[in-house]
Amino acid sequence: MAEPSTPPPAAAATSGLAGLEERLFVFFDKRSRRRLVQGLLVLAAVSIPLVGDSYLLEILTNSFFYIVLCLGLNIVVGYAGLLDLGYAAFFAVGAYTTGILTSQFDWNFWLTIPAAVFFSIIAGVIIGGPTLRLRSDYLAIVTLGFGEITRIAARNLKELTGGASGLIGINRPSFFGLELNQIHHYYYVFFILVLLAVFVSFRLQHSRLGRAWQYVREDEDAAEAMGIDRVAVKLYAYVIGAVFAGVAGCFFAGKMTAISPETFQFMQSATILMAVVLGGMGKIPGMIVGALALILFPEIFREIGSVRMLVFGVVLVMMMIFRPQGIWPERRN
Amino acid sequence: MRILQVRDLALSFGGLNVIDRLSFDVDEGSIVSLIGPNGAGKTSVFNCLTGFYKADSGEIRFMDQPVTKLKPHKITQKGMARTFQNLRLFKQMTVLENVMSGMHCRTRAGALGAVLRSGSQRREEAHIRSVAQECLEFVGILALKDRLARNLPYGDQRRVEWARALATRPRLLLFDEPAAGLNYDEKERLIGLIRRIREELGITIFLIEHDMGLVMQISEKVVVIDYGKKIAEGGCDAVQCDPKVIEAYLGREDEEGAADERNRS
Amino acid sequence: MTILDIIIQQLTNGLILGSFYSLVALGYSMVYGIIKLLNFAHGDIYMVGAFVGFVILSFVSTLLGDGWLGILPSMILAMTAVGFLGVLIQRIAYRPLLSAPRLSILIVAVGVSLVLFNSVMVVTIGEYKAFPSGLGYEGITMGHVHITYTQMVMVGATAVLMIALHLFIAKTIYGKAMRAISIDMDACRLMGIDVNKIIALTFFVGSSLAAAAGVMAGVYYGSIHFFMGFVIGLKAFTSAVIGGIGSIPGAMLGGLLLGLLESFGTQLPWVGTEWKDVFAFGLLILLLVFKPTGILGRTEIERM
Ligand SMILES: Nc1ncnc2c1ncn2[C@@H]1O[C@H](COP(=O)(O)OP(=O)(O)OP(=O)(O)O)[C@@H](O)[C@H]1O
Ligand SMILES: [Mg+2]
Repeated sequence: MAEPSTPPPAAAATSGLAGLEERLFVFFDKRSRRRLVQGLLVLAAVSIPLVGDSYLLEILTNSFFYIVLCLGLNIVVGYAGLLDLGYAAFFAVGAYTTGILTSQFDWNFWLTIPAAVFFSIIAGVIIGGPTLRLRSDYLAIVTLGFGEITRIAARNLKELTGGASGLIGINRPSFFGLELNQIHHYYYVFFILVLLAVFVSFRLQHSRLGRAWQYVREDEDAAEAMGIDRVAVKLYAYVIGAVFAGVAGCFFAGKMTAISPETFQFMQSATILMAVVLGGMGKIPGMIVGALALILFPEIFREIGSVRMLVFGVVLVMMMIFRPQGIWPERRN
Repeated sequence: MRILQVRDLALSFGGLNVIDRLSFDVDEGSIVSLIGPNGAGKTSVFNCLTGFYKADSGEIRFMDQPVTKLKPHKITQKGMARTFQNLRLFKQMTVLENVMSGMHCRTRAGALGAVLRSGSQRREEAHIRSVAQECLEFVGILALKDRLARNLPYGDQRRVEWARALATRPRLLLFDEPAAGLNYDEKERLIGLIRRIREELGITIFLIEHDMGLVMQISEKVVVIDYGKKIAEGGCDAVQCDPKVIEAYLGREDEEGAADERNRS
Repeated sequence: MTILDIIIQQLTNGLILGSFYSLVALGYSMVYGIIKLLNFAHGDIYMVGAFVGFVILSFVSTLLGDGWLGILPSMILAMTAVGFLGVLIQRIAYRPLLSAPRLSILIVAVGVSLVLFNSVMVVTIGEYKAFPSGLGYEGITMGHVHITYTQMVMVGATAVLMIALHLFIAKTIYGKAMRAISIDMDACRLMGIDVNKIIALTFFVGSSLAAAAGVMAGVYYGSIHFFMGFVIGLKAFTSAVIGGIGSIPGAMLGGLLLGLLESFGTQLPWVGTEWKDVFAFGLLILLLVFKPTGILGRTEIERM
């Protein structure tokens, strides 16, 4: 408002409004403004089940599930700069752990989560440990192979996994005696998972480990010269990513009550990767946008049907060539 | 006491002997220079010392422990830090974050600490930050701490690299051509800085440098190599007069003469 | 069946399988050698090769009839067409990213793979197509083992292609340029080698070899499918690593070795056909742990 020249009357009115806005924003610095937006978003998400129909809830629940997977893969691809093409395998590890333990050994759903975390870590270390010592490209192809191994194992170990037709009769989780069997239950369950995943991602990103990922991603040699164990740091990322997927897989199994190997195909991994790239690798809000776009797009444009993955492929190539930072805008420094 | 002992170090790439049975020592608390013509193998020696290249044979002892087979990060943890001939900063990160990388090997917080933000984790973060700031202060660019590394002028980027190496809390610091690309003033300040690193922080300095003025001004000992072989070692004066050194740098008398001859005709 | 029969049978199977692996592995290794890219789309190039061969053969066989008389020219046409497809992909998708972070180009390769096999899926509505080879089962019988002429021609054709490739790399100026670029691309640029042209040529050769394998696989198995490139892509990569990635003789050797290991592996009581892919990938992981440079690969110390 310190303009030396007097503005024309019409402009004065609008700038008066702008002035009010400015004064309001004095109360809200950048940080609290962001808090406010976040709060409103959470409020909106929490109140949707009160108004939305079950179709909408189903889609949104599915989106939440993919947000968690994207945030997990983002730790591997976005933070540590590693390409994982078998991410669905970890989600399979979680889903099958819950599936097998509840349907065949009658475990309580909640107890299967630590077991799934354990198996995800084991699988992550077995695959990542040897491979991460080599050039990063090897990881991509080994994970691709691992994805196949997992799927084949799920098909072939019939006594345990139900073979190609899969497992049925997985126990649903219950919460203080309330069996979670409505779509809005799962809506909230997955929403809480999203909040948790965002929280953990955020804290990791802004920590010693998060910085180490960035150092290794930007210049592996320099990071090593600074005393950073690049293999350990990458393994951390790979295993944490695995745990995200494993836990998401448990809830997936609990919600669906039936799983089969075909859910965990390469296409699944490619789809999650696609969302991560679309949203912008390394950016938490980007993951949310990417996953939403990925789920909503085929819902809105139903006619694309079988061409969906073709479109994804084209978008993937175009994104990397023309906008590698993703659709979420860059923060200005 | 000898902080670094190199014995019969050898390295070859596809039949080319880049380092050829090289032996020398660096005394604790001294400033030693490694010089030699372009392609003599100086950077390769550094790469062997810091574990980036695996020597074909020979032994490297650092503070009386063998480090020949260690990984680079282990060697840094043991107290040997380095800078790179071509700047290797984390370009997309701030100056402060760059320097904080050095403290990584002196701290321990892991994933759980990060998520829970425990008290010890927060104290450690604060400690990392303060050490990094001290190091920036030491090299004189604390004011630039929030700038992105890639946006700094060349001379300042070099200083970020020095601060980053200092932040690993080394006992021995290897500088690979620290003066390359610096102007006169910056070189003067570099000389002062190297002396202060030794005097105030008690860190031993081993550097590669092509600027002979600088080398002669600060080194207590000079090791000269050519084609990976040591051709001279000793005090500045002795090395400067050594005919083998003159020959390595200037070519042999008769070659020189022949070249002149050719130029004239 | 006697032990000897089993050995002969598996040797034949292994050689055929190994031929396919080798031909595809060559493209992997050549591209990796020259621009250090793991071209994930390479398995799909093989698949596209099979389909292009299928389309061409449908036309050609009406003119020249079935059998090798129709198949051979179709194969050569398919190799040419797919070779150009490889060049096109390199030009559009990979070239803009050669100096970008490695992750970008790897992701693009995944994208290209998606585009290729989904295009074919859309066009074929995901159906299997019967490959009209018109070849019979005549051959020679040894004991209980029957080896068809088709099988023999295939191994022979692979051998011819490999010898031709070897001569091309060893004797021609282009081959020399390829080898030079794989050692030091910048130096080659300075020496006036048209690096982009040589990279394109590498893609051409690699893709045509994969296409040859695709057509032969169509002839051999009698049907083709849009997803047939996925697993063979992985196997060919494994072969390339076994032989030493970047090494051309290594790719040939690795492919044959993997083919044989797999054929004999299926005879092991605890492997069987169900687990043969797991067996191959397990092998890959073990290899990466214990000998990542493979049989003929060199240990390269990256320049700092
Ligand atoms: N990783 C590598 N692979 C192959 N050759 C290498 C490698 N690293 C270095 N060399 C070769 O080793 C020789 C010595 O290189 P080095 O960088 O050690 O020399 P230098 O003395 O540091 O030279 P300058 O003064 O130019 O920095 C050169 O011929 C170089 O090409
Ligand atoms: Mg050097």
